[in-house]
Amino acid sequence: MENILSIKNLSVSLSGKRGIVPILHNISLEVEAGHILGIVGESGSGKSMTAFAITQLLPGGRKSIVDGSISFCGQDLTKKTETEMTKFRGKEIAMIFQEPMTCLNPVFTIGRQMKDVIMTHQKKNAREATKQAEKMLEQVHIRDAGRVLKCYPYELSGGMRQRVMIAIALSCSPKLLIADEPTTALDVTIQAQIIFLIKEACKATGTGVIFISHDLGVVSQLCDTIAVMYSGQIVEVGSAADVLTHPHHPYTKALLASIPSFTTREDGDDKLSAIPGMVPDPLEHIPGCRFAPRCSYAMDICHNQVPPPQICANGHSLHCHLQREGEN
Amino acid sequence: MEPLLEIRELKKTFKIKNFFGATTEVQALKGISLAINKGESLGIVGESGCGKSTLANLIIRLDEPTDGAIILDGQDISHIKEKELRRLRSRIQIVFQDPYSSLSPRMTVEQILTEPMCVAGTKTFTEMRQKAVELLELVGMRSSNLTRYPHEFSGGQRQRLSIARALTTEPEILILDEPTSALDVSVQAQVLNILTSLQKKMDLTYLFISHNLAVVKYISNRTAVMYRGKVMEIGPSKNILMSPAHPYTKKLLEAVPIVGKPFHQPDTEDASVNEEDILDGCGYYYRCPFAEKKCLGKLPGFIEKANDHLVSCWKV
Repeated sequence: MENILSIKNLSVSLSGKRGIVPILHNISLEVEAGHILGIVGESGSGKSMTAFAITQLLPGGRKSIVDGSISFCGQDLTKKTETEMTKFRGKEIAMIFQEPMTCLNPVFTIGRQMKDVIMTHQKKNAREATKQAEKMLEQVHIRDAGRVLKCYPYELSGGMRQRVMIAIALSCSPKLLIADEPTTALDVTIQAQIIFLIKEACKATGTGVIFISHDLGVVSQLCDTIAVMYSGQIVEVGSAADVLTHPHHPYTKALLASIPSFTTREDGDDKLSAIPGMVPDPLEHIPGCRFAPRCSYAMDICHNQVPPPQICANGHSLHCHLQREGEN
Repeated sequence: MEPLLEIRELKKTFKIKNFFGATTEVQALKGISLAINKGESLGIVGESGCGKSTLANLIIRLDEPTDGAIILDGQDISHIKEKELRRLRSRIQIVFQDPYSSLSPRMTVEQILTEPMCVAGTKTFTEMRQKAVELLELVGMRSSNLTRYPHEFSGGQRQRLSIARALTTEPEILILDEPTSALDVSVQAQVLNILTSLQKKMDLTYLFISHNLAVVKYISNRTAVMYRGKVMEIGPSKNILMSPAHPYTKKLLEAVPIVGKPFHQPDTEDASVNEEDILDGCGYYYRCPFAEKKCLGKLPGFIEKANDHLVSCWKV
């Protein structure tokens, strides 16, 4: 299938009080139509920044992108002007954020906010827009859509608000949906419903989805492909089943091992294997692999040389010296 | 054995005044009974709004219960006065969910750690300082951090500071109100490891509140499942999570995403809408697939399913 989005060698730096801070290093990603790409990693690994780079919402604007290209349906988004980008955002590329309360305007009704989006991007009058808004709410399984349209955001529960956000995002049938930790603030039962909705929408309309999360469990249930990010780099990409059952990169392995499962501690008290230390400051200059200081398998070469990308079986790719050593 | 902390039929009703002065009552806790033995850790799970945090606030007496009793070591502490509260709070301490808002940004680590000891007023300045250093080491941080401010630390480090602060008065009971839900999995593992080793070293009793069932299983010996202000099921964590008896516990477990577990399609109704409060019967009535007429009537009370494993459901 064709790629809706392909990011090639993207590097992003932000300039702030502390000088120029490199945020993303040489990122390449692809999203196919009707597929869900999961991006996982700890906080500070650059997951959200990747999303902002795609939508051109980086704090420093377009000049933050140092290198690389973001090609969306054949058009390079890095070369678009701000006015051209507004036609993409909300219509072609939609985004759902973590905290639905802060994303909805508290002083307008849900109906008004949904109509805003629909009427900005489609040639529809108010009545048609209301009708479509109602249809969208029904699509995300909200029973009494007519009543919800008249509600203000505070009258809805967290799960309902997130459904409204999804309805808004899908209302202009986008080609790409970016969901930035949409379930982190929700209960497990509600989370399962939201995962189901995103899955359903993606399969039904052929929308490509980028799902950002730090929860490997969620990602494993939803995504077709998984990209693991660490400190502004993608360390491993592959099909979800592959990455989770046969992780190659020590970071992916460590992340998987740190999740407590129902079976740990069954007999006595085996400790959880935590990853020592924390994600390095983006300003910190690390000549080799950025994970090397925390890696339990780190070798001399890891501290000195950036590992080149390498392709394993099934299109699984990773950046790690260890794997190369093992092959030689 | 006499339990260290016992809660009997605890109730809490909040009165909410609207803009025009009319009051509505919200029953946050509808009669909860629990007992925690010394050295044990009891996990409490449930969705948001089920009353987990209200329970924590009542036990540490940040709030006064409407009805029922909280008994610590044979003494009813549910209505004691301010002066006695101070003595009480050195025995029960709490760690909150958000490590960013629960540490004062204007105090250094040393001030944060010594303040509870100043209030307790039993130590000299040098003793307090020494204790602060000891505690920092216990949670895996260097003593050079004493002069730093909270904003200089990451989320996981702050949560460790919160734990150190809670331990300053050498409490017997530590209430942990979702201590890891704001943290990354890798950091969560660090904090959980510290908590388990501290418990062994200091013979602490934990009341561990979380909505993450796997985390609760990891930390606690026994688990209570709460829904709408009531305990639905309580028993050894292993039983609750491996062979749940209550339909609500089963549903919660199904929803937990686990690597390698196939996705279980949830029902898409949002049950929080249009649901009136049930006073007498089972609060889970409207969402329960097995609901019957008699569930609306009086609850069956606790039925013992296995040794120590109690379930409040007609179906068992």
